Parts: sequence; structure tokens; C-alpha cells
Amino acid sequence: SKRFLSEGLSVLSQQKSMVVYHLIYFAIGCYETAYKLGLSLSFRQEIMKWNGWGYSDSRFLFNKKGQAEFTGKRYRLSGLILPSLKDWFEGTFGANLQHKSPATVIAPPNLNEPFIEDLKAAGVAASHDPEDRVFRAHGHCLHEIFALREGRIGRVPDMVVWPSCHSDVEKIVELACKHNVCLIPYGGGTSVSSALECPHEETRSIVSLDTSQMNRILWIDEKNLTAHVEAGIIGQDLERQLNEHGYCTGHEPDSMEFSSLGGWVATRASGMKKNIYGNIEDLVVHIKMVTPRGVIEKSCLGPRMSTGPDIHHFILGSEGTLGVVTEVTMKIRPIPEYQKYGSVVFPNFQQGVACLREVARQRCAPASIRLMDNEQFQFGHALKPQVSSIFTSFLDGLKKFYITKFKGFDPHHLCVATLLFEGDRGKVLQHEKQVYDIAAKFGGLAAGEDNGQRGYMLTFVIAYLRDLGMDYYVIGESFETSVPWDRVLDLCRNVKERIVRECKERGVQFPPLSTCRVTQTYDAGACVYFYFAFNYRGLSDPVHVYEQVEHAAREEILANGGSLSHHHGVGKLRKEWMKESVSGVGLGMLKSVKEYVDPQNIFGNRNLL
Amino acid sequence: MASRALYSPRHPVLKKRDDFEDVLEERRRSSDLRYALRCYTPTLYKGLVPCKVSMLKSIVLQSDHLQCVIKQVSSESGDSTECVAEEASLILDEMAHRMQLSTVRFFVFTLSKAFKRLFRSVCVNEEGIQRLQQAVQEHPVVLLPSHRSYMDFLMMSYLLYMFDLPLPVIAAGMDFMSMKFIGEMLRMSGAFFIRRSFGGDKLYWAVFSEYVKTMLRKGYAPIEFFLEGTRSRTCKSLTPKTGLLNIVMEPFFKGELFDVSLVPVSISYERVLEESLYARELLGVPKPKESTSGLLKARRVLSEDYGSMHVYFGHPVSVRSLAEGKIKRSQYNLLPRYIPQKPSVDTHEFLNDAAFRLVRIQEENMVLKPWVLIATLLLQNPDGMDLSSLTEQTDWLRHLALAFGAFLDWPDHEACSEVISCSLALHRRLLSVSAGHVQLSVTDAPQVETTPEEAVFQRAVVVLSCASYRNQILHVFLRPALLAVAMQSANSSRKDDIYNCFNFLRNMFSNEFILCPGDSVQDFEEACYLLMKRGVLQVLEHEIVMSASGQSTLAFLCSVLEPFLQGYQVVCRYLCEETNENLTEKEFIPAVRSFALKLILAGRLKCCEALSSDLQKNALAALLRLKAVRKVKVGDQVTLKVNKIAVNSLEDTMGKSDVISK
Repeated sequence: SKRFLSEGLSVLSQQKSMVVYHLIYFAIGCYETAYKLGLSLSFRQEIMKWNGWGYSDSRFLFNKKGQAEFTGKRYRLSGLILPSLKDWFEGTFGANLQHKSPATVIAPPNLNEPFIEDLKAAGVAASHDPEDRVFRAHGHCLHEIFALREGRIGRVPDMVVWPSCHSDVEKIVELACKHNVCLIPYGGGTSVSSALECPHEETRSIVSLDTSQMNRILWIDEKNLTAHVEAGIIGQDLERQLNEHGYCTGHEPDSMEFSSLGGWVATRASGMKKNIYGNIEDLVVHIKMVTPRGVIEKSCLGPRMSTGPDIHHFILGSEGTLGVVTEVTMKIRPIPEYQKYGSVVFPNFQQGVACLREVARQRCAPASIRLMDNEQFQFGHALKPQVSSIFTSFLDGLKKFYITKFKGFDPHHLCVATLLFEGDRGKVLQHEKQVYDIAAKFGGLAAGEDNGQRGYMLTFVIAYLRDLGMDYYVIGESFETSVPWDRVLDLCRNVKERIVRECKERGVQFPPLSTCRVTQTYDAGACVYFYFAFNYRGLSDPVHVYEQVEHAAREEILANGGSLSHHHGVGKLRKEWMKESVSGVGLGMLKSVKEYVDPQNIFGNRNLL
Repeated sequence: MASRALYSPRHPVLKKRDDFEDVLEERRRSSDLRYALRCYTPTLYKGLVPCKVSMLKSIVLQSDHLQCVIKQVSSESGDSTECVAEEASLILDEMAHRMQLSTVRFFVFTLSKAFKRLFRSVCVNEEGIQRLQQAVQEHPVVLLPSHRSYMDFLMMSYLLYMFDLPLPVIAAGMDFMSMKFIGEMLRMSGAFFIRRSFGGDKLYWAVFSEYVKTMLRKGYAPIEFFLEGTRSRTCKSLTPKTGLLNIVMEPFFKGELFDVSLVPVSISYERVLEESLYARELLGVPKPKESTSGLLKARRVLSEDYGSMHVYFGHPVSVRSLAEGKIKRSQYNLLPRYIPQKPSVDTHEFLNDAAFRLVRIQEENMVLKPWVLIATLLLQNPDGMDLSSLTEQTDWLRHLALAFGAFLDWPDHEACSEVISCSLALHRRLLSVSAGHVQLSVTDAPQVETTPEEAVFQRAVVVLSCASYRNQILHVFLRPALLAVAMQSANSSRKDDIYNCFNFLRNMFSNEFILCPGDSVQDFEEACYLLMKRGVLQVLEHEIVMSASGQSTLAFLCSVLEPFLQGYQVVCRYLCEETNENLTEKEFIPAVRSFALKLILAGRLKCCEALSSDLQKNALAALLRLKAVRKVKVGDQVTLKVNKIAVNSLEDTMGKSDVISK
């Protein structure tokens, strides 16, 4: 019946029929049942993995024949056989599919009874069911997922609350202050900075504030092209619902299937198509946030103001340390008339970077332009499906291409840029020509639309691949930085080499996968994304080794002029470098804001500062 | 690993060193011509960007760094940028090497012939070569040989060719350029030439540093230069220079290279070709200008026996591990990397420290021949020794040296007396042996009448030649010897008192010997440890006590330093007694020399080493550093202002030596 209720509710909430929801709530009328109901409010976890990435029905696996396949129906890759993946997997990591690694007791919750009483009176849904608590105790850092798979679970929130609107949040925060309860806002749970980890030293009752029920678009203003949206809405829902009205935000971070609007604001998120639409800080017009001091917001929707330092910038990137973002007014755009993918092959990474730099110099970057290095190119090769439906071999065509016509390309050096153009048809075609002309100057060859499209889709499925790896003693993760143009090549080379070297020194038996791609271009620099994975057989504490290597890689990034983070944020994972990154005075400024806004440390996730 | 090798271990005795192999052996068996023409396929750097000599030039001239400096210089001087760029191009032409394999082959052929005549053997540690082969593939390599002879860099290139390693480009002093033909030949075999001094010349520095960095970044070839900056005339390692070291490390600091491998190479000669030439130079007979005809005259050297030569390739030292925790690379984040930046105080300290440690590695890997021990003993016994007591004492010294970690090449299954007579024969020019009595003496002295001054100088030539061999082993005895002298002059057995004396002496002599700055405590502990292990001392908690059997060792160690103490005292005495207000820097050396000569002629000074200009220069540098003397610029003259009280007190603290009797 729980299942039934949850499905019913999910339908209801998707219809944004809060009235009906409240009717059911009161009809049942009994607190105990409401509590159960609260549990089912977390319908999201019913369709998502609790100890891995994404939807429960979508996963990579090796079937009985030893071939890789991707299950489910949600992605274009779903249901396809990937014959090359196994060889790549074994070749790259030395992982043998014969060796497969094996997947709870949760401490009873530390409840603050007076808080619960008051909450009950205020009519806010809540739960202390272990499953609900565990689901909200982690993001997607390697060590978090690894621990879950091993059945090791540390401190988890003591209860979960589901506010349904801004005023619910106000009540919760007020009660939390009154009863000195620690609040940790929870949006989509896709953090990769240990931001959701409960601090071990926290002795108060920890309450996870799940914003998922605050998911409505409150209004759309077509005159000013803005929409006012509740911050709990998930990226893909926001986009789909706006599309129904003929609009989009254009904000597409790789996690957009699962991450929330409030989360984007709290981490200074960046979207794939930021070249047209901008990053989150360019997209927001107005933010409403509930803090222990009260609500912070601006008084008008003016597009720009000179009213001292922009208060939005205290909120953007605050990582849940100051309050809960409840509502956001953001820019919207009409859905573009025409979209076209593209790809370019370069003889080597240097040429590719030089081309991206020139594209940025001429300020003619397409909606998205990404450059994969050779290792990633080869990885793409491994995800080539057997059937030639939509996946008519990315590389087969390409291989023939360069072997027959352009022999100069060494398959161990070449790299690929994927492109996405958007706009009205005429302009897109013109733009496309301009970019391909620049590419040609750097030895780049157009390599087709399909390859480009596949490249972007891989972004969404690549996160699933880590779960497969963990089944076979392979662990890995990604991390990112931003860096001035003149240092891009040096940084990429040095960080990749540092990873290889650190792995070797720490007893990793096979050379790790150490690869990068340039994912965003700016006037003054680029965003670089690294993937790093290794086979951990023979290591007694692989996660510790992983963390040491990642730490070394971050040190290397900072030593080479890269930033602490471009869009993942700091969380607790990168806190130690904050002072170095923003100077002592800078950190002091942030601390004094925190002290004023939240003197009791109600928002006690201890991120950032 | 590499980094560990750098920090000299507490127990030097346990150090394991590689075995040697004679590379001339094969040369004596097969054709040199065929060898010179054989297929040469060097191991290459994995990140090599193939690049021709001519391309190198345009890359350097077009570099952002040089362009930036050209603009700066142009706006400062008012000359047009084209004009400055032209000047830069000329500088580069004057500097650049033009390496070509055919010239190298020619050198290989002639050097094969020459080396076979000069040396009985040229021994190389092949494990070191193997390590180098690994290193050149991984990261750009910088070769840092010691510098005792012109032979050094010829030998380096010769060996690298021999082992199919990439041929190095070598930073050479401009003075070679005056040897017209040879200069060009050297240029074509990979030498590039730098002016001796270009202190304030921004443009020159920019061209030079960009040239070296470009070759390093492209992995064009290993860069070879001498940390000591010039040939050591005394066979003592010289205080290292950090300019070029900074240049080769900067690409790592700035993230342009993942790492750079520094390979210290120790080259030692059983007999140095320039032996007596150096001694004369130190005594003020000016060094003959490098000229091709001079080189031809030096053919005479070809007919002599120079014994064996040892080349030891040390463990590659990774700049990355050296700099770990010492250099904050992010300090370069806020300025575009092509804009030249003076090294920060921290960087400078790091460079200095690294340079000293690299020279220490060179010293420790320097092979010592038995003659070095004999020379040490003969210098301490100016009236000569009986062969039997020489044999006995050499054997004693050999064991002492080995206990202190000396890298001694002593023939294994030979009687001590046999080894000694071989050494004496090789160095007969410095000796007279009659009726079982061995003495340092002038053997080929002209028979014409000599003035007393000339006689002193002739003796001094022999003494300084001989001292250049003793100097090779000084680094082994240095720390215990400083302790021995400190114990003597402290006149106390309190550890603190002795340490203070030790520290004073160490400070005083830090221009004379390679003493890593800041290592005072470590050096003191090492000295205590070595002498304690040898049973010379007992080191208690607050006291250091000499044991009964330690007397002779301490006496020996004190006499090792005696010439230097005396030399420094002579300099101090001169500055106190003889100087007037207007002593110029230029006059200093000749004036001290004649003062010392006067003392010797008057019989008040026995030690000829006080005549050495090297010692005098080092003493002055120490006094300047300790601020007992300061330089004052008057017009274009630099004069020395002496604080006589300070100098006097330094002289006193160095120990009341009665040697310079009044």
C-alpha cells in the first residue's frame, strides 16, 4: 500500500495538485499515517539507486556471454550491446571480469522531541525511516558510494522533512532555531564535494530538509522572459515544463536529470550551453532564501543594480551554509528553432586546444564546444554498440576516414571536439561554417553530426559506468578546474602525469585511466574536466589511495594556476584549500557573513568555511 | 630514491657505489675510424618535439618572453624595437651552438686517439649510464659535471656518444671563442658560448635564458653546465653559482615541464693535465690566453702518462622532489609566465641549497686515488718521509679515509708498498726519491742561478700542485677536522663551547669549502659520529672527551686544516698591519702575496699555501661576508675599508697560532 500511495502521490505532485495532497493528508487525519505518508513523499528514491548513480533500471552490466550492455529504456544507449567495452575495460585497467567484488544497520535517530512536536503542529511532513535518512546522507563522491556498497554507513540525518512551499521552510527554520536543531538542505543529492555528509562532530539532531516537494513553476512572464520557480524543482522537470510553454532556461549541467534549481544556486552551477545562456549566476534575476535571520531577497526584478556588492553573490555558492533557497526568478528563452550537433577531429590535443582558444578569441563559440583528449576518444570507442541503429559506429566511420584519406592522423594522438549549435537555422549554418573554418586552420577535420551527438549523450551515461567499474574492482571519479588559456596544456599534461605517478607510488598495479577534456571556453580561459580511475586489486584501502591521489591531483592543479573548482563547489572535500584560494581576508569576510546570518550554526553542514 | 640520495646520509660509510668499467679497453681493440662512423641511435626523450638548429633560433626570437624584454629594453633605451630585436638576434648568433653529427664524429675519432695516449684507462659506472638512459626518456635532463680540466666536457660528449645517449649542449665560457678554429669546432659539437659577465644586461640575460629554456622545454638535448662556473684550479669544489640552475628549474616551477632530472657527474683525474699550469696561475703567473697555437704547444702533454680517469654518473635528482614543500609553485599564478621575474627570497634560498647539495653529491662520488693520501702526508711532512713510514702512514690514512666514507680506488690484491711506488712513479715530477727518502721537490728546475724569491716560487709551484691532490680528499676529512680544530681552540670539553668554535670555523671557511648553508648542527653531529665511531672521541651529553688513542688522529686532522688557518691569518695580519686607507680591490691579491712572500723569506712563515690567490680571495670573501671588511666605490675604483678591530678579533678567534712568529 505504501507503494500505491507513493505512486499516487508522485502523480499528484507532478500535477502540482497540492490541494488534493492536503486533502488526502487531512482525510487520513492521523499523525502516524501522515508519518508513513511522509516516507512515501520520497517517491524519488523508489525509482533511483540508493547506492549508485541514477535510475534503478539503468545500469551497465556484463551479460552471461561476457558482453556489456546498458539496461533500461531511458537512454539511447539503453538495451544495446557494447561489444568493445569489455576489451577496453580489461585492457585499460587490467581488470579481469572473473574477479568480481561482493553489497544495514543504522544507528537509531537522535530525535529532538519538542522540535517534532512543533513541526507536527505546523503540519510539515517528516520521517525518520532509516531508508529515507540513508538516502539523504550522501552525495556521489567515490568514498560515499563505496561505503554504501560495502554497507558501511556513517552519521546519517536523524530525520527528513519535506516542506511544500516557502512558508513551510520559514516555519522549519524558525523551529530549528528555537530548538537548536541542525538543518542540512537537500536538493537533488548529486553533490560531489562531500557537501551532504553529516559532520561527525555534530551532536545536535540533524534534520535533512528535502526541497523536492517545492517543485512548481509559480509563474511565467513572457514580457520580460522570466519564470518564477520553486527551488526544489529538478532540472529535467523544469526544462520539460517550460518546453510545454515554448520556453527553456538553457541551463543544462551534466547532472540535470537529478539536480535541483536550488542546488545550482547553492553551488554556482554551470551548464553545458552557457555560451548562449550563461551560467547560473547570469541566469538568476531574483533569489529568495530563508535564513535564521529571516528572508533575504531583493525588492525588484531590475536586470542589474548598483546597490553595493550584489547580495546574490553571498547566496550563490553558499553551499547550504546560510539558509535554504526557496524561490528563484530566472531568465527564460524561446526554444531554439534549430539545433545541430557536430564534431571535429584534430591530429593532437595541442592543436585542438589552440582551435578552442581561437574560437574563444573570436567569441564565436557554439552553444557547446568540448574537446576530448586521446584517452577519452579511445574510451568513446569502447562504448560503441553492436547494433548499428542510432549508434552507427562513432569511430568506424571515422577510422576509415583517417586511414584512407588523412593518414597523417596518429590514432594514439588524435582527439575529438564535439559541438552543439543552437538558434535560427540560417544563423546556425553560418556559425557552423565559421567554426569549421577556424578548425581547419588547426588541422581539424569535420567528423559528422552523429559523432557529436553521441559525444553529448555519453555525458549522461558515463556516470553509470562507475557503478559497473566498482563491481569489478575499478574505482574512479571526475573533478574539474578552470584555468587561463596559456596554461591549459601544461595543466592537463602535468595533472594527468601526476595522477599516473601517484598511483604508481601508492602501489596501484596497473596504469590508471587518467584523461581530461576541455568542456567550456571563456574569454580568458577554459574549464577542464578530468576523469581518473584505477584497478584497486591488491590494495588494502583503495578509497584512501584514491583520496590521496585526488588530493595530489588537486595540489597539482593549484600549482599550475588552476582554480579550486569551476562548478562542483568546495563542500568539505576541498575546504582545506579555501584560505589559499581566496586569501585569509576573503575567508574572514565569508565567515563574518555566516556569523551574522546564522550565529547558532543551524545550517551546520560545515561546508566551504 | 632520487630525493633521498640528495640529503647526505648520516652514515656515509654505508653508501653503496657502483662498479666501474674501463671504456678504453674496447677502443684499444677495434678501429677508431669505424667506431667514429658507426650508426649512432640515441635514446630519445618521450616528449621530444623534433626541432632543427635553425628553427630553434626563430622559436627563441619569437618567444613571448624575449619579445616582452625587447619591448622593455626598447622603451627604456629609446632604440626602435627592430633595432633591439636585431641586437638580440646577434647575441643569439654569437651564443648558439650549431651541433652537427659529422663534427662530433671527427671529435670521437681524434679523442679516441688522444685518450688512449693520455690515459691508462677511462672508467665509467655503467649502472649510472643505465640510469641516465632511463632518465633521458622520462624528463628533460640537465648534466652537471664537476670541472677540473678542459677535458671534462670533451669527455662527457665522448661518453654520451659512446653509450648512444643524446649529445648534450654545453654552456661554455666565451674565452673559448678566442680560439678561432677550436671554438667553431666546439660550437659544432654542441657548445654554446656565454659571456663571463653580463650582470645588468637585460637583453643578454633574456636571450640566454630563453635559449636554454627552449631547448629544455622541447627536449632538444640534455643541457650540460658546470655548477662551479669555472674550472677549479685547486681541485677543491668551488662555491656553486645558481644563475643557470635557476634557468633550468624555472620551466618546472612555472609548470611548463612536469619535471627535470639533474644528473651530477663526478669526473676525477689521477693526474690533472693542467696540474702545474694551475699552480702557476694561483701564484700570479697569468693564465695563458686560450689560443689554438697555445693548444698545439701543449702537445707535449700528449707524451705523458696521466694514469686513469674516473667518471661517475650520479643518481638523477628530480627537481620536483627537490622542490616538494619548498617551492610554492602557485606564486607564479598571478603573472603571465613570459614576464621575467626575479626569483623570490624563498626560491633563491632553495636554489642555493640545491646547488650546494648537488656539489656535495659531486664531491662524494669523486673517485680518489692512493696518491691523494700520499700527497696529504707529504704536505704535512715538508722535510720528507722514509718510504717505510710513508707506507705505514698511508695505510693508516687509508683506513681512516674509508671509515669516513671516502670513495677510494685502491687496487684490491696489491701490497701497500706496491701501490705506493706506482703512485710515486706516476707523479715523479713533483718528488724526489733517494735512498728510501721521499720528499716534495722541484725536479726539473733550471740550473741557472735563482733569486731567493724565485726559489720560493718554485717550491710553491710544487706544493700547490701537490695540494691540489690533497684538496680532493678534503671533503672527507673536513667536518671531523673542523671539530678537531674546534676542540683544540675551545680549550674546554663542554659540548656547547666546542660547537660554538666549530660553528665559527665553519662560518669562517664557508667560502673555502662546500658547507651547505644551515647544516651546521648536522655537520657537527656527523663529525662527532665519525670520530666517535673511530674511537677518537667520547661524546657525552654535555661533554666531548678525547680518548687516549685518539691523539694521533686529531693531530692529523688539525694539520689538514693548518695551511688554511695560516693562510687566513696571513690575510688578517696583512689587513691589520700593512694596509693604508686606499687599498683597492685590484691591489689586494698582489699585496697579500708579497706580504706572505716577505714572511716566508724572513723565515716567519713556513706554509707556501698562503701564496695561493684562491685562498686569499676566499679569505677576503669571508671577511666581506662577516663585515670585517667592506667595499667602497670611489670613482671607478673599488677600495677595501678594513675594520681592524673586527679583523683582529677574527684572527684571534681562529686560534692563537704561533706559526707566524713575530
